[in-house]
Amino acid sequence: MLGTGLIQGLMETAKNFVGSYHDEARLVTVQYPEEKIPAKENSRNFPFLVYDGEDPQAGLRCVACQICEKECPPKCIYIVKSKDKKPDYTGKAQLYPATFDIDVSVCMSCQICVEVCPFDAIKMDQVFELSTSDRFATLLLKKTTLAKPNAYFHQIHPTDAAEIDGRLAEEKRKAEEKAKAAAAAKAAAAAAATTGTDPKAPPVGGAAKSPTN
Amino acid sequence: MSLTSTGAANPFGALSANGTESVQRFSRSPKPDPGDLGGELLEVSMGPHHPSTHGVFRMDVVLDGETVVKLKPVFGYLHRNHEKIAENTSYLGSMPYTDRLDYLCSMTNNWAYALSVEKLAGLQVPERAQYIRVITAELTRLLNHTCLIGFLLQDMGALGTPMMYAFREREKILDLFESLSGARMMCNYMRFGGCRCELPKHWLEQARQVVEDFPHFLDEFEALLTGNEILLARSQGVGVLPKDLAINASITGPMLRAAGVGYDIRKVDNYGIYERFEFRVPIGAHGDVFDRYMVRVLEMRESLGILRKALTDIPEGPIMDPKSKLRGFKPKAGEAYGRIEGPKGELGFYLISDGSANPFRYRVRPPSLINLTVLEDMCLGHNVADVVIILGSVDIVLGEVDR
Amino acid sequence: METLDQIFVLAKHWLVARVPEPLAWLATILLSIGPLITVFASCFAITTIVERKALGRIQNRFGPNRVGPFGLLQPLADGLKMLIKEDLVPAQADKVVHLLAPFALVVPAWLTFSVLPFGRNMTVIDLDAGLLFFFAVGASSELAVFMAGWSSRNKYALMGAMRGIAQMISYEVPLVLSTVAVVMSVGSLSLPSIVEAQSAYVFGMPTWHVFTPWGLSGFILFLIAGAAEANRAPFDLPEAESEIIAGYLTEYSGFKYALFFMGEYLGLFAITGMGITLFLGGWTAPVSFLATTPSWFWFFAKFGAIIALFIWVRGTVPRLRMDQLMKFAWKFLVPLTLVNLVVAAFWHFSGTWQFPGAIFARWLLGAGFIGGAYVTLGRALHTNQFPPRVYAYAE
Repeated sequence: MLGTGLIQGLMETAKNFVGSYHDEARLVTVQYPEEKIPAKENSRNFPFLVYDGEDPQAGLRCVACQICEKECPPKCIYIVKSKDKKPDYTGKAQLYPATFDIDVSVCMSCQICVEVCPFDAIKMDQVFELSTSDRFATLLLKKTTLAKPNAYFHQIHPTDAAEIDGRLAEEKRKAEEKAKAAAAAKAAAAAAATTGTDPKAPPVGGAAKSPTN
Repeated sequence: MSLTSTGAANPFGALSANGTESVQRFSRSPKPDPGDLGGELLEVSMGPHHPSTHGVFRMDVVLDGETVVKLKPVFGYLHRNHEKIAENTSYLGSMPYTDRLDYLCSMTNNWAYALSVEKLAGLQVPERAQYIRVITAELTRLLNHTCLIGFLLQDMGALGTPMMYAFREREKILDLFESLSGARMMCNYMRFGGCRCELPKHWLEQARQVVEDFPHFLDEFEALLTGNEILLARSQGVGVLPKDLAINASITGPMLRAAGVGYDIRKVDNYGIYERFEFRVPIGAHGDVFDRYMVRVLEMRESLGILRKALTDIPEGPIMDPKSKLRGFKPKAGEAYGRIEGPKGELGFYLISDGSANPFRYRVRPPSLINLTVLEDMCLGHNVADVVIILGSVDIVLGEVDR
Repeated sequence: METLDQIFVLAKHWLVARVPEPLAWLATILLSIGPLITVFASCFAITTIVERKALGRIQNRFGPNRVGPFGLLQPLADGLKMLIKEDLVPAQADKVVHLLAPFALVVPAWLTFSVLPFGRNMTVIDLDAGLLFFFAVGASSELAVFMAGWSSRNKYALMGAMRGIAQMISYEVPLVLSTVAVVMSVGSLSLPSIVEAQSAYVFGMPTWHVFTPWGLSGFILFLIAGAAEANRAPFDLPEAESEIIAGYLTEYSGFKYALFFMGEYLGLFAITGMGITLFLGGWTAPVSFLATTPSWFWFFAKFGAIIALFIWVRGTVPRLRMDQLMKFAWKFLVPLTLVNLVVAAFWHFSGTWQFPGAIFARWLLGAGFIGGAYVTLGRALHTNQFPPRVYAYAE
């Protein structure tokens, strides 16, 4: 009969009207500035640079290899490689980015820079309230604003950070072992009498890194 | 600008690119009509900032009163050079751009692109990744169809109530996508030879919960809409797409199935692991707006069955082909066409590789654009109000039409 | 209680008595118009906020809740925004007509309120032909719609105006025909006497017209036709935003737009007030033991309930198409109102039946007649054309 469908529809909207007063599933609005949904662990927004230790600039993991600059689809990363080498947080002399800029108005948050980085130096941030009244200067993030400590990385992506720290520690341990073994071998060779241990060690670096972030 | 109607031969009848027959059928009678008052035709430019052209689409409509006698779709306002950019970017670099094609269904776009690159490079996708792909693609189908019905009803003038319900449910699926891939809409999740990252903890339980709740929502949605007399009156017999025209114009997806052709690439190609799932392909008999609506509703119910099975059967294991590499990915020279049944129709990527890091040729087969080609044939003889809902029922996303 | 009921009337008399004799007529007029405009303008403000909040709740949202406590000051903010917004007039527009159109809508809308009885002794002008005046003045809003659409020099505005005029003229017919049953039954065109005719109580229940078969169907028909007359969903075609942008309002902005907006709501209020007066007993209380409570309270309580119904419908249904709208008016509503007239006549003359259970027999016959017509016409309207569909599955 004409009208039954309409009445059914009216009942449905009435159910939702009443439901919105007592049923959380029917009033899903989050009143944004006052309430915020905690970010999901995987959620990503714009990249930042991870540093270890205390000094944000000396501790940057980035060695200015420029892979991210090359792979970035919208080409929003701009890197100038340093001419000299500075010791990184472990004390090893490394190249460092003299300039590292990300234009966040161009960045499309695709995370490809994070995936291709062999040094786990660039990671995705979860800060999204970046609106400014200035179109240019404040939307071009410089090296100084991009650098954030590893502790912050742990805070926003705990699973990833733990896994990466573990891997880095493992690599460091192996490198040290290798160095130690090499030193021992050298010492042994210098002694020229006894046989040294086999200095063969697993490969070092991020080339064998799994594609997980 | 107005054009004088002569009342004799329809001056626009011959201009239609395809389906001349249907133009004849709808056009005004060639003989002078005694009831013709010698009024003028009215040319209205609907769009590109009309409220219901789903983005920046424009229709040049010639109206006789409110009846459409000619309709010319104009697009390109959102052209972003997608294909040319892809030819100048690495294979991996195009993946995030595919998210932005049909920005409601990034997961299926990712899959179609990954599928064609995998064909090109001869990569094998591990079992678990196949299951994840099916799950995300079917969730995308649910998401797209709910949104579409919401928009369709919005076009019909329902003041946003169905749309808000649709968005309420879509939110749950987007939350799943966010916790999986990090982004709600621009997922950029699939990679050549698998998926980018492992499922987070408890993701499968959350997904199961969403899938369990979804039929309840669909029932409510149908109670609100399917029996509604106004919706029936507005959509039945409106925008009829004849079966032969649909086939000739290479229409795909729910539009083709609503016209009565049981063609679903999930069944035809059996890409991925779809042969393991039992699902039916709903087909309509009339090819009008109501059939397109109902076919989508029924398709969602079938998708739920696939999802339930996939979420139970998903095995443990790796999610990437170990042969695949991220940096320096250079497939051997050759060509490949990978296609999937996207929520809107056949989404295909045609790639030619010359052995370098960039594709030599990159071409998208966008279902939205091709389904839009029959818009004029469906609209002629109908009202302005019908044009809007016919366009809504085609299910276009301008990101994909204009690329 | 009696004082409370008549408090506004007494206040007016008290104030008029304070005014020097030669100016008393002016004071009377101002004291009638002033409160009328204040009350219904605030009704408009309250309705906008209530409507937006209720629609929000229907759509699982909060609705406006930022301005003031619970967002209650939202109408003030809206009004302020409308006032300070730039008033754009298209270069090609007929500027005089463009300016006059909003006033041509609002002034008749106010005039319609002058004959409505808001409470006992609370009718601004008790015209003998109040009902006629109401519809005659109300019909002039069509002119405003046409002025707005034509003067804007905009194709969408023109289409909106065409739709608006066609719709308003068509729906005027069932609207008036559904009220004729009341006039037949009461025998008067004066609205206060129509209310008086419904103010008796039988076994503590009111004798409103809506409690008769012809009254119930007449009321529903009146509301449907009234919704179309006031451009409310699902008959809001003249300003269907998904089809023709905003119809005849496309080229209006700022305060002129606000006036149009107000004019439409006033039209809705007038229709609602008329529906209450004709079918819901006007200002009379719903049960006899409450008969001593203030009459104006009951008028506005019913008023709020009907407005809520309109909001509820607006949040649910999609919009009709123009030809369907016309078909609905001429092939469904008009025949049904005519049937309704017959039933009203039957009800009137069968009032003399004396046998036991006569009331049930009258109800059965009357309701059966209207119900039969409803089902038949409803079937002819839609179902035969498109039978229910069954969907097949490939393979």
